Amino acid sequence: MATIRIPPVLRPSVGGEKELTASGSSVGEILRSVADAHPDTQSQLFASDGGLNRYVNVYLNDEDVRVLDGLDTSVGEGDTLVILPAMAGGR
Amino acid sequence: MSPSGAEVLRQIKTRIDEIDPAAVREQVGNGAVIVDVREPEEWGAGHIPGAVHVPKSYLESRIEGAVPDRSGDVVLYCASGNRSAWAARTLIEDLGYEHVESMTGGFTLWKDRGYEVETPRTLTAEQRERYSRHLLLPEVGLDGQQKLLDARVLLLGAGGLGSPAALYLAAAGVGTLGIVDNDEVDLSNLQRQVIHSSERIGVSKVDSAEQTINALNPDVNVEKYPVRLGADNIVEIISGYDVIVDGLDNFPTRYLLNDASVRLGIPVVSAAILGFEGQLSVFKPYDGPCYRCLFPVPPPAELAPSCGANGVLGVLPGTMGLLQATEVIKLILGEGEPLIGRLLMYDALSARVTEVKVRRDPDCPICSREPESIADEELGVFPDYEAFCAGAH
Repeated sequence: MATIRIPPVLRPSVGGEKELTASGSSVGEILRSVADAHPDTQSQLFASDGGLNRYVNVYLNDEDVRVLDGLDTSVGEGDTLVILPAMAGGR
Repeated sequence: MSPSGAEVLRQIKTRIDEIDPAAVREQVGNGAVIVDVREPEEWGAGHIPGAVHVPKSYLESRIEGAVPDRSGDVVLYCASGNRSAWAARTLIEDLGYEHVESMTGGFTLWKDRGYEVETPRTLTAEQRERYSRHLLLPEVGLDGQQKLLDARVLLLGAGGLGSPAALYLAAAGVGTLGIVDNDEVDLSNLQRQVIHSSERIGVSKVDSAEQTINALNPDVNVEKYPVRLGADNIVEIISGYDVIVDGLDNFPTRYLLNDASVRLGIPVVSAAILGFEGQLSVFKPYDGPCYRCLFPVPPPAELAPSCGANGVLGVLPGTMGLLQATEVIKLILGEGEPLIGRLLMYDALSARVTEVKVRRDPDCPICSREPESIADEELGVFPDYEAFCAGAH
């Protein structure tokens, strides 16, 4: 099982959880299993073509999956996926 | 009866070698060590370029550190040629230096001849005291403190992030702090915007921040911009600053800032906060990724809570703003490893810091290009984003 860190803006869509665990052998499988369990996240994570939305960055441990194999990047037991949308609050 | 001091000096001058300033000038850079034996205040007012400073009162204890080679050529000078004669005798007769000369007429004659003078930049006695804990750090020291005093840092916003950053940058002696903010102090700001105060409610934030900074450190010159940053004024405002502290509260201006700062080559120390969590990164144009490399497009309104008012733990912008101030100081000093190409996430509730890598995007619409090719009308451009964000209210 991999751990998925959920950013503040997505927490309302996952019942307020900060971290989820999901099974799957690739980034795509894991994120799709998150979206299956929490349907509100589907449109936040995935574009209509099934790829990742461009405004959402996903990191496998500390590396952007876009510089790895994207959604096909393989994920091992104990890996952590970090979902990072842009934030702009400064006040 | 013992001879008078003047008589002894006359005798000494017959035993040592003296050298004219013209000959000393030729020696500069030719291997001879030029030693200024005057008092620190005299040295501070100007000295021969390339000279080393060993006050006569510390000659015996410090000369070996400054001039370890006793067989090399050494030229001593003072103000008029007398103290240096005494010092030359000490070096030759007591300490075994073999080739020592005393410059006739001293620094006074050197200056009268119109020869080059180097005036070291020094701190005032008050500054030496104020910054004494910096001066004790080898990574800062006198040179670093001068860099800080010479630095120009622009704070975008005197709000949650800008308040603590401004306070500590001012305390550190950053010589010029520009502040862009068109807001007035509001009671609900004071839970976190610590540069303001209860009696300044209704006062413009730039004026309020200036008052606090002036009271904290008179060395700091505050430049105020009580305006909203926009495509029409950003290039004019940010030009000439060394580092920008981004505490902006909306995406359109962050992209605008990114594009303008890449074009002008100004590093941006960027932070964002929400609830109990913060993000921090340093965008140094062409040394690392830019904001568009990290976030090529802004999120839609429902995922961009910056569009509306949201809660934030008051201390969180303090933490993040001080991390920004720390990165600013590192950039000015050229010390340490700045947070370039890395993004730090801080979760206050779990007390956890996570770091991820940020890569330069070879196809970045802004920083993959030459800075001159970025046109005014391209700065901060996003399709319908303002309208999108406005629709979320």
